[in-house]
Amino acid sequence: MEDFAIECHLDLTDEVCPMTFLKALAALDELRGGAVASFRLNAGESVANVPRTLKEEGHKTLKISDNGDGTFTLVVKRSLEDL
Amino acid sequence: MRLVISGVSKEYPQGLTVKELLEAEKVATPEYVTVALNDALVDIGQFAATVLKDGDSVEFLYYMGGGALSEEELRRYSRNIILKEVGLKGQKRLAAGKVLVIGAGGLGSPALFYLAAAGVGVLGIADGDSVDLSNLQRQILHGAADVGKKKTRSAEESLRALNPQIRLRVHEGLARADNILDLIADYDFVIDGTDNFAAKFLINDACVLAGKPFSHAGIIRFTGQLLTYVPGRGPCYRCLFQNPPPPGAIPTCREAGVIGALAGTIGTLQAMEAMKYLMGIGELLTGALLTHDALNMDFRKIKVAARPGCAVCGERPTILEPRDYENPACEL
Repeated sequence: MEDFAIECHLDLTDEVCPMTFLKALAALDELRGGAVASFRLNAGESVANVPRTLKEEGHKTLKISDNGDGTFTLVVKRSLEDL
Repeated sequence: MRLVISGVSKEYPQGLTVKELLEAEKVATPEYVTVALNDALVDIGQFAATVLKDGDSVEFLYYMGGGALSEEELRRYSRNIILKEVGLKGQKRLAAGKVLVIGAGGLGSPALFYLAAAGVGVLGIADGDSVDLSNLQRQILHGAADVGKKKTRSAEESLRALNPQIRLRVHEGLARADNILDLIADYDFVIDGTDNFAAKFLINDACVLAGKPFSHAGIIRFTGQLLTYVPGRGPCYRCLFQNPPPPGAIPTCREAGVIGALAGTIGTLQAMEAMKYLMGIGELLTGALLTHDALNMDFRKIKVAARPGCAVCGERPTILEPRDYENPACEL
């Protein structure tokens, strides 16, 4: 993560779909195009679905790292388009 | 004393403060509302100390979701937002949208319910009638306890219970030639939920003259029809039906009846058209009349072109201002 200038970090491990995705999407909406955000996600459905759905919205996954505690950290670069 | 609240003149007791006005208007989240008094902003700390005077003009400026959506909004509208065609952008457009529904009856009930549920930022409710027991078979905004109550008030209560986050404007009274242009002026889209030809021609003419998109609908017995007018795209209602029929020529619904669920079908389609228009998605029902036969469960989309000789939207219009028509009304 230290490779990226992360402008926003959200812990989404208390959420379930679709709020996990929606909160990530809303957080990215707040950032300028090209900015980088990171999200802490639960293993399973969240880490499987959120990166894929954000990609459909035009955002780029830079890194997914296993935190070793049942959670993952997803690093995403925001799309240049308006959301 | 009379105050003009969001463009609507209302009677209030003397000595009312801004804080008391917010309570009287049942503003659900006054801490999130900015108040403009005679075009000057009132500091939130001065709400209790600011006494209103006769003739004052007050605007409630709500957070419209132009920026980030709150967590509550994200959750409430999540099934909208996760649709690719809607997304955050579409939801914000709904929140910034203003729709007027004329007629809080059979068509207006589902239209208003769905628009409120969807988070359309400002909903106008225009009606001049009171709730009658015979309305309840199809006018689902109103309940048994509302019989005798003004439909606008009953509708406002139902919609506020469904979604306290949106802004409701009540326009009590019938739309007439001398008030309809003012009535529709501040809205992005108009829904004709009225039940009589005079009102339908009045709304059509006013919307064409004002360059205002609107949804026309009509229902009788088991059949319904729907048409969306957008300036410069396709026919208006008067292109299809040039003049109101003479009184008695066509049975009113009081004579012919109307099946309740049909109002739900057609009014819901009107809400769908308004939402698509606000979000700028899909294909609107312009250039075509949708007809629905509920008995045979038949939907037909009949292509229709604008009529160059139309008296209001044609090449040489002869109707240059709204006019009232005589018509026997029935209650949808």
